[in-house]
Amino acid sequence: MTDAATPSPPRFAFGAALKSAALSAVVALGLFGLMVGIRTETGPTGSLIYWTRFGDVALLVAAVFLGRFLRVLAFGDGPIRLQRLVPARWQEASAGGERFARLMPGRNLGGIFSIALLGFALVAPILFFNNRYALDLGILVLTYVMLGWGLNIVVGLAGLLDLGYVAFYAVGAYSYALLAQNFDLSFWVCLPLAGILAAFWGLILGFPVLRLRGDYLAIVTLAFGEIIRIVLLNWQNVTGGPNGISSIPRPSFFGIPFNNDDDGFAAVFGLDYSATHRIVFLFYLILMLALLTNWVTLRLRRLPIGRAWEALREDEIACRSLGINTTNTKLTAFAIGAMFGGFAGAFFATRQGFISPESFSFVESALILAIVVLGGMGSQLGVAIAAIVTIGGFELFREFAAYRMLVFGGAMVLIMVWRPRGLIGTRTPSVFLKQRKAIAGALVGEGRG
Amino acid sequence: MSAILTVSHLTMRFGGLVAVNNLSFAAQRGEITALIGPNGAGKTTVFNCVTGFYKPTSGMLELDGRDGATHLLERLPDFRIAREARVARTFQNIRLFPGMSLLENLMVAQHNPLMRASGFTVFGLLGLPWYRVAERDAIDRARYWLDRINLIDRADDPAGELPYGAQRRLEIARAMCTEPDLLCLDEPAAGLNARESAELDELLLFIRNEHKTSILLIEHDMSVVMKICDHIVVLDYGVKIAEGPPDHIRNDAKVIAAYLGVETDEVDAVEAEAGR
Repeated sequence: MTDAATPSPPRFAFGAALKSAALSAVVALGLFGLMVGIRTETGPTGSLIYWTRFGDVALLVAAVFLGRFLRVLAFGDGPIRLQRLVPARWQEASAGGERFARLMPGRNLGGIFSIALLGFALVAPILFFNNRYALDLGILVLTYVMLGWGLNIVVGLAGLLDLGYVAFYAVGAYSYALLAQNFDLSFWVCLPLAGILAAFWGLILGFPVLRLRGDYLAIVTLAFGEIIRIVLLNWQNVTGGPNGISSIPRPSFFGIPFNNDDDGFAAVFGLDYSATHRIVFLFYLILMLALLTNWVTLRLRRLPIGRAWEALREDEIACRSLGINTTNTKLTAFAIGAMFGGFAGAFFATRQGFISPESFSFVESALILAIVVLGGMGSQLGVAIAAIVTIGGFELFREFAAYRMLVFGGAMVLIMVWRPRGLIGTRTPSVFLKQRKAIAGALVGEGRG
Repeated sequence: MSAILTVSHLTMRFGGLVAVNNLSFAAQRGEITALIGPNGAGKTTVFNCVTGFYKPTSGMLELDGRDGATHLLERLPDFRIAREARVARTFQNIRLFPGMSLLENLMVAQHNPLMRASGFTVFGLLGLPWYRVAERDAIDRARYWLDRINLIDRADDPAGELPYGAQRRLEIARAMCTEPDLLCLDEPAAGLNARESAELDELLLFIRNEHKTSILLIEHDMSVVMKICDHIVVLDYGVKIAEGPPDHIRNDAKVIAAYLGVETDEVDAVEAEAGR
């Protein structure tokens, strides 16, 4: 945080700023002159008609000139240090938070917050029983919390950048939909099967990418995600192609359906029938699945396999020199991460009742990855908060309509400037002798595949 | 006394460059063997061949384990050399896990026994007692080594925060936590001050005497080499130019020539002898 104290870059002279602005204006004129200045369209007779909009071009060029002029005047000609845009007060606050986190290790502050968050999640369906919108939003948030936790194993712990995580979500969803429809299996039988199939596809992705690192790994996983989506789109007679699969069996309360019949959930438990019962059940179902993911991840971190994942993220060569089979270690990370994606996918299919390849586009992978990075790679609580912020933010910014993505993107950039290692950038050791001390994010490796 | 590591006719080529040429030597069990030579002599290449990070172009690397089994190192992948042949190593540019605590670093080194104890994760996930026992033993072993390298008070600090000399010692401790038969150290004294260097000598002698672990090391610091090594192999341009106990090496004309260069008239004499 020394940036606040360093002297500001030399102010550029007025003349230099004018010159730089004029140059930018010429470039802008060249670019906008044709793109904006001349508008072409197909006329009513099929001929090409065009008209000019030189007024707009003049406005754009003037805007570029002014913008460049002010920027050079204020920040000089070099790159702008983003940290300078964040008020010093915020930076101090974040540094103080880090110091605080080091003094009061995760257990205390984070622990209290986690318990509060969990308590809120447990009572939410009761509080919002009559608010269908809130419940649906809660289910959505929890789905992304679970996906974030699943991807956190691969990206956060093992340090393998995976841009195609949504593929496993899709495998889980289609596994459930096809198994339930064609073989009439119940949700509780399909759920583990969906997880196993997704884990299997995780291994299949894992093998070819074992030798790849960093950017190359990211590209192959990205392609893998697209391949799965395109196969789903084109394998018409199995997946229904772009029409997707509809009327997927809805979940039942361990065999008791949620309907208005005499043997329905309401009648069996002597309640008045309400459509909300199913929503509440779905809410608790995804909460339990997410908590299972969390529990397994926390447990694995304390086992040799979890430590090997983290060591792999820190230094792969050192791992091999200690006799760790890095191939198996990477594959298990892919498989276990994929398995939780598959569970979430099966849940998604039963909640929606309808799935199509459209739901599994690259944007979903990017969103899940954004949640993991925003939360702080490897931090369970951070990922949960990030999922709430991200998905909640999406809803909050709904009124901005078309500008939603812009506002949202801007907010993400600001958060990453403020906390470059994510909301919770510190790492908690998996084992300790005397005292559990949080480790500053700057020391922790990010993994390069 | 028997050889723990026998290197026979080891050659390593990188394209047209012959880094190691037809090298043969043996490291005796329970001894500290040093590999010395000027920069670029091929010492680290030999190390990387022994520990499996390079596959030698030709030659044989035999390791006779404590249990009597013979491992052919040139046929094993690197992680199996560490796991089965029990050869541990450190690196010239220290490779710790900087974002993990000292204790965690030493726990990662005990991955394989802990993995077996946790039933390849299944039993560990269920929290069965025998994994807990194995984990406690592993922590005890880590504590023993932390105590030995005087870093017990920093057990819960991240390894990346340690000063340089302490990082070197931690890396040796981490290698020892794999319970190796042969410990390979790549320039363990590089960058250490005189006091740290003396501590290192003590640590290495302790490892040799108390743990009966044989040591193969590369070193430039002659004070360390001459003081603690039992046997020295000198390389120059990938060829062995001398071999023997420290006293013998100290007075070897070829070694002195390789390190200090020779007077011009001596070169003339040698060239005349060669008939040029």
